[in-house]
Amino acid sequence: MNPFNYHSPDSLAAAQSAKGGDVKYLAGGQSLVATMKLRLSAPTDLVDLAGIAELRGIKADGNALVIGAMTTHAEVAASAEVGKRLPALAALAGGIGDRQVRNRGTIGGSVANNDPAADYPAAVLGLGATVVTSKRRIAADAYFIGLYETVLEPREIITAVSFPVPAKAAYEKFRNPASRFALVGVFVAQTAGGPRVAVTGAGGAGVFRVAEMEAALAKKWAPESVRGIAVDSSDLNSDIHASAEYRAHLVAVLAARAVAAAG
Amino acid sequence: MGISVSMTVNGQAVTAQVDPRTLLVAFLRETLGLTGTHVGCDTAACGACTVLLDGKAVKSCNLLAVQARGAKVTTIEGLAPADGLHPMQAAFKRHHGLQCGFCTPGMVLSAVELASRGTVPSEAQIREALDGNLCRCTGYQNIVKAVQDGLAGMGGAK
Ligand code: FES
Ligand code: FES
Repeated sequence: MNPFNYHSPDSLAAAQSAKGGDVKYLAGGQSLVATMKLRLSAPTDLVDLAGIAELRGIKADGNALVIGAMTTHAEVAASAEVGKRLPALAALAGGIGDRQVRNRGTIGGSVANNDPAADYPAAVLGLGATVVTSKRRIAADAYFIGLYETVLEPREIITAVSFPVPAKAAYEKFRNPASRFALVGVFVAQTAGGPRVAVTGAGGAGVFRVAEMEAALAKKWAPESVRGIAVDSSDLNSDIHASAEYRAHLVAVLAARAVAAAG
Repeated sequence: MGISVSMTVNGQAVTAQVDPRTLLVAFLRETLGLTGTHVGCDTAACGACTVLLDGKAVKSCNLLAVQARGAKVTTIEGLAPADGLHPMQAAFKRHHGLQCGFCTPGMVLSAVELASRGTVPSEAQIREALDGNLCRCTGYQNIVKAVQDGLAGMGGAK
């Protein structure tokens, strides 16, 4: 790992104005520390968000659940509030990585990192959530740009993610058994604005929606509505774990399973 | 460059000056000489480096020592009473839940965290809970038996 200066501010304002050139914000560190060890990331200044109380916690806000950025996957999975109002999200959080990773990894870290095979981006896009930052509120549809890329600006810090509670939702994931990331994961939701289908793990540019499946579900919410819809494999990833064609096949299979699971 | 890090390790307060990039596992093994915590992969895959941080199982190879400032850390050395074995260690011994033993410290600490849930996990739940701990020797069969027995020995609470 390259050397860096360590900062541990106790307020959001102090975190934003931390001294340093190439600043990176540290949440749970389950991705960032690993990439720093590989020197894929080498910030001059590491700003640890762990001491900022306002970034933690889960609260209801009208018809939305607002999850603080530093809330761990284990906390979301175990939350009675999330389990009751958005069980699909609790189940998704409980299936991220492994137990040790869930004890440290955070929702803000995952959404900021935007790993193309991470689980949370599928929920954020699939539920039409709002990413709340130190500067603004960003709609999910405008937030994700590409592989590990989002509209976040330097020194912009995610403070929470606000999930509107859907009529129903489910997430189905075909897990890579070694990395525990999604080979393909599909989040489906019946939202106030209509059905949404978001796919992670497969897209060449990260998480994406499948308009054709959403239109079919709007006509009829049933597994058979999506089972036969083929996504174009030319836009999908191929790697040693799965070809683009196989991933395309999994998208339809998992979408149908998710619709069935959502009921 | 150095930064002062204080935490409680196995019930003892420790303070040291470290380079901020020091991993928690290096702090435990090299600074404190607690070599019971193993490094199997250094890539957050194997779980051999698992320790308890404020009671929660974490991979100490994927955390900076500074992230554990002010925390209570338990390593395998802190588990056993002076004159014997922790119930989970005894169960691993009784059921032959190890062969080379390299994964064992992480397995044991991961299993101990399960006891803090308060409910008795099923075999399937134990297997899922040990998802982050890899063993290259045993085939897991005896590890699962040991964990079941060890949890019973701990009375479901710790
Ligand atoms: S050494 Fe930490 S997970 Fe393998
Ligand atoms: S006993 Fe050898 S790795 Fe588990």
